[in-house]
Amino acid sequence: MIKNHWIKTALAASLVTASVAASADSIKIGMTQPLTGAVAASGTYVANGAKLAVEQINAKGGVLGQQIELILEDNKSNPREAVNSVEKLVLRDKVPVIIGAWSSTFTLAIMPKIEEYGVPLIVETSSSSKITTQGNAWVFRISPTSEMEAIAFAKKLKTFDPPIKQVDFLSVNNDWGLGAANEFKKIFADNGIKVNQIETVAPDATDLSAQLAAVKGSGSDTLIVTSGVEQLTLAIRQAAEQRLPQRIITTGGSFPEQLIANPGPKGYTSTHLLFFSPWTPEAAINPVVAKNYMDGWKEKDYPFPGLTEGFRGYDAVLTAVEAIKLAGKAEPEAIKEALWKTAVNGVNGDIAFIKSGPAGKESGQNVPNIYVVQLKDGVVSSAE
Amino acid sequence: MDQFLQHFVNAMIMGSTYALLGIGLTLVFGIMRVVNFSHGELYALGAYTAYGFVALLELNYFNTLFMAIVVGFLAGWLIEFVLLRRCKLEQIDEVMLLMIGVMIVMQNTQLWVWGGVAKVVQTPFAQEPLVFGAVSVSPTRVFVFFAAMFLLTLFYFLIEKSRLGMAMRATFQDKDAAQIVGVNVKRIYTVTFALGSSMAAVTGALLAPVFLVAPTMGDLASLKAFAIVILGGLGNLVGAAMGGFVLAMLEEFGAGYISTAYRDAFGFLVILVVLLFRPQGMFASKERVG
Repeated sequence: MIKNHWIKTALAASLVTASVAASADSIKIGMTQPLTGAVAASGTYVANGAKLAVEQINAKGGVLGQQIELILEDNKSNPREAVNSVEKLVLRDKVPVIIGAWSSTFTLAIMPKIEEYGVPLIVETSSSSKITTQGNAWVFRISPTSEMEAIAFAKKLKTFDPPIKQVDFLSVNNDWGLGAANEFKKIFADNGIKVNQIETVAPDATDLSAQLAAVKGSGSDTLIVTSGVEQLTLAIRQAAEQRLPQRIITTGGSFPEQLIANPGPKGYTSTHLLFFSPWTPEAAINPVVAKNYMDGWKEKDYPFPGLTEGFRGYDAVLTAVEAIKLAGKAEPEAIKEALWKTAVNGVNGDIAFIKSGPAGKESGQNVPNIYVVQLKDGVVSSAE
Repeated sequence: MDQFLQHFVNAMIMGSTYALLGIGLTLVFGIMRVVNFSHGELYALGAYTAYGFVALLELNYFNTLFMAIVVGFLAGWLIEFVLLRRCKLEQIDEVMLLMIGVMIVMQNTQLWVWGGVAKVVQTPFAQEPLVFGAVSVSPTRVFVFFAAMFLLTLFYFLIEKSRLGMAMRATFQDKDAAQIVGVNVKRIYTVTFALGSSMAAVTGALLAPVFLVAPTMGDLASLKAFAIVILGGLGNLVGAAMGGFVLAMLEEFGAGYISTAYRDAFGFLVILVVLLFRPQGMFASKERVG
């Protein structure tokens, strides 16, 4: 009994010292990402990118003379858990700024909490238009909206040969997938392209064969797929298995990297809309930043294709740190005001926020760059 | 018609694996009256066994199927021997909580060991699909179908023709009477749980190269397994096999011809109807008296 008591006391003491040691002289940045569950791959890459940025900034002396401490929480690919993670970050860790939450559904779930607690949120991935049009003044998005992505894609329509005449959609059944299908439908209508079928898939589904069989005979020449890395991989592989005649184009910036090591049948080509192309870093708007990011990633031995998503976390941290610097203190209200003045040279390009949403309660929205990449037989055949 | 055939082939392949998954669960419930919430995690364990042996130890994929059966059997044996044997199985609440605990521990262990990012399992099969007229299917899926059908047949003979099967059926019908005529019921329980577990594991290993291997893959598998078992009737082996195919057909054709958004709903809608009008399950002639 006595021994037990001593162990407990020692444990409690060590916990207290550990938390004191970590919080002294450091500025906290909170982050919520899906590190497990249906979209864990993407969330892990984004988190790795953020860790890398924090490490590089700390090596150069941190910000405001203090080191940065990244507090990373797993939202388990689940909106309810995303809310829990924000509660923890704000109430227990008292972070002055949060980065998150990958999926639009998770981000939309945490937005009321962000407003309630008054902590600025830097949205690094989510693309649903609802995020910046709801009148939540604490939201600053660096990732493109689905509308921006669709417009950027419209400019590349002419580059497809044979041309796109009829399309089907396969979208994940959530705010992101359905929102993207809507925005792309608009640009197809404007360009005289016929939309035949829109099929949806549950976020955690692994067998997409029914959906693919349903679009197989639709007569379309192109299938637009919107989902996370795992489902993109499954969709492309299963489409090849069923010999879908459609050309596959994926949206949302995720890259099905498993297909590089395990390509589908020979000659099968897929096209991907990405927000960073690690195959052509020299073409990036800020090549030096892109190189720093890529070198750091390589040093850590993270998988190469993860670069296409890791930059989101990297750029989000650069943005948060710049805002803290401009604010001169790590306080939520000051960081929020500073975010409006922030201008960062990021991996994707120059990051700055324009106003979006109802007047007086505008959210911040960045205008990022978009790349089109083709994958054939496990090799990236063109990136522009 | 082309689309119909493609859906039919897809459903038969998924159905065969659903049947395997369902039989494992219903076997444990039928004989032991244990609702095995860890069934999905044993499925994931099998998938990770395949991944571990193929990717890390470079073992042939076919051998890993055998390894999955062994690992699943051992895991099931361990769960029964260490945990279930210490419980009074009549106390359903307690046993259910225990099995939920096992599920949580197993899922988190898989996450801890393998990380959250999904893995791909390689097979020696060609990536080019096999084409039969308008229907095309990957060689891996064809193999999965035949392997699952083989295992279902093997299982049928094990239950119907072997001494062990006879002892299991006797325990199933009347535990006390079986004990009186010399059946070692404790041993039957252990073997039953281990066998049910190994069926889940081998299903996971079979499907690992078709899908991806992830620590949360067991959740969906558990849900499907319960759906199959309810369709076929709890504790009904033939029912579970049929239930697997029925669920696959419902999902596939519902998604193909009505709406893909409600793919998972079709199966559960039919379960509601079955529970309302035939609570003993679709394939049971009358309610079994326990």
